[in-house]
Amino acid sequence: MTDLALAVRQIRYENRAFWRNPPAAFFTFAFPLVFMVVFNVLFGEGAARFFTPAIIVFGVVTATFTNIAMTVAIARDDGVLKRMRGTPLPPWAYLAGRVGHAVLVALLLVAIVAVAGWLVYGVEIPWGELPVIVLVLAVAAATLSAWGLAVSGLVPNADAAPAMVNAIVLPVLFVSNVFFQMDQAPEWLDTASRVQPIRHFADAMLALYGIGGAGGVPWLELGVMAAWGVAGVLAALRFFSWEPRR
Amino acid sequence: MTAPERPGGEAHPVVEVRGLRKSYGTLEAVRGVDLHVDRGEVFALLGPNGAGKTTIVEILEGHRERTAGEVIVLGHDPQRHERTFRERIGIVLQQTGVDEYLTVREVVEMVAGYYPHPRDVDETLATAGLADLGSRRIRKLSGGQKRRVDLAVALVGGPELLFLDEPTTGFDPSARRQAWDTIRGLAAGGATIFLTTHFMDEAHVLADRLAIIAEGQILAAGTADELIGARSATSRIRFRLRDGMAPPDDLGATRSVDAWELETDRPAAVLHRLTGWSMEVGAELLDLEVSRRSLEDVYLQLTAEEAGLE
Repeated sequence: MTDLALAVRQIRYENRAFWRNPPAAFFTFAFPLVFMVVFNVLFGEGAARFFTPAIIVFGVVTATFTNIAMTVAIARDDGVLKRMRGTPLPPWAYLAGRVGHAVLVALLLVAIVAVAGWLVYGVEIPWGELPVIVLVLAVAAATLSAWGLAVSGLVPNADAAPAMVNAIVLPVLFVSNVFFQMDQAPEWLDTASRVQPIRHFADAMLALYGIGGAGGVPWLELGVMAAWGVAGVLAALRFFSWEPRR
Repeated sequence: MTAPERPGGEAHPVVEVRGLRKSYGTLEAVRGVDLHVDRGEVFALLGPNGAGKTTIVEILEGHRERTAGEVIVLGHDPQRHERTFRERIGIVLQQTGVDEYLTVREVVEMVAGYYPHPRDVDETLATAGLADLGSRRIRKLSGGQKRRVDLAVALVGGPELLFLDEPTTGFDPSARRQAWDTIRGLAAGGATIFLTTHFMDEAHVLADRLAIIAEGQILAAGTADELIGARSATSRIRFRLRDGMAPPDDLGATRSVDAWELETDRPAAVLHRLTGWSMEVGAELLDLEVSRRSLEDVYLQLTAEEAGLE
């Protein structure tokens, strides 16, 4: 078997294991939808135009960054990573399996949120922008996955994973045009929040849904995300670990 | 070093270790260990918890880097972590996990796919005692059954060398016997096995050769018979007496918790003297027992000597 075939095969095993736990799978998809409903109720009519792309971003962040950081830290603590490290499976193929599966879940989630926004709230899906949407999603998913792997290495043990990962991701989501519209935030905060990639992911996605932005390919947002992606890969190489810490 | 992929002549030991040292900060876990394992041999590293067994076996597996010394396993330096090396070994770690939602068969098939020449999955499941559990999810297995999955996963690649780190710790006595039978079966099939254990009987029953380790140093190495013999060919005589009685002084018996014990090279003469005294004074010898020195005695003596040196 080629290494690429091994990586694809790992995605299939990850995927199979994922669907074997229906409650976990169900809530992975229900969670962003619950947020979507709550925000639309809270902010009333017209909010759906903002919250459909915003919750798409939230779904991708959850399915890639949060999910990878937590599950990989837990798998490491259980000794799963160490076992894999002792087999001839190339390390990258194992991680590609986990990341690949996370990205598939993220894509399914994007589709679910987009369709729900269209069916329930009448927010048109910008089909004309599909190639750009795919590009933005690809760059965002890669960046967030790399940081998921890096942060998994910073989490000391399985018990600490949910608290630590949420403490990192939730504040960032609040200043990223995801849970809250940044044009209503203090200007300094609006400006400062532009250093981090989730803000740019959200801005790009909002623009594709016709909110703000200049139209066309969001090069600035893609560029910032890609730079964070490179940093994320370097951080993952530096911090990732296969050994449980005892 | 340009080691041959597969050394044809087996003049080289499968495992060769010289002057191995490993420190964690200021703690010296392994302090100058030499050992070798030949092809087809079952080798046991026997020692108390914290002696450095796991550190050594994980250095041989490529999981840890050594601080100093020479380590060659199957012609490779394990810490270079080469794929061709990992293809030839099987590892049962002390504690590992697998995806809980896959079935036993799926896990073993998945891992089989990583190797160029895997064993047959059904045969591997049968060897590990999992023939009837193939379709069960890992989640639903007992602790002992999960241990068997560990073994199946380590075996399915068809390893030339199998590492077993404390393979029966936490097993009940019957599961332990079963595991021993499995390991002996593998050894009979020609596998080279490197195991660590803190059970004397396990090392004695399974190993062709063993090394006793404490505080990061090898105290003695050889076959079990050699180790027992090397510490003089003594017999041990043990008995109890009714309260207030003591055996004649010239026998040199010592009092342990509730019994008298003596060691001798001339058991017949000593027993003659002891039973004669017993008849003469009417002191019944309760629970009289004559035994050969066991590996346990050697082990306890060595580790006590080692502690005395500290």
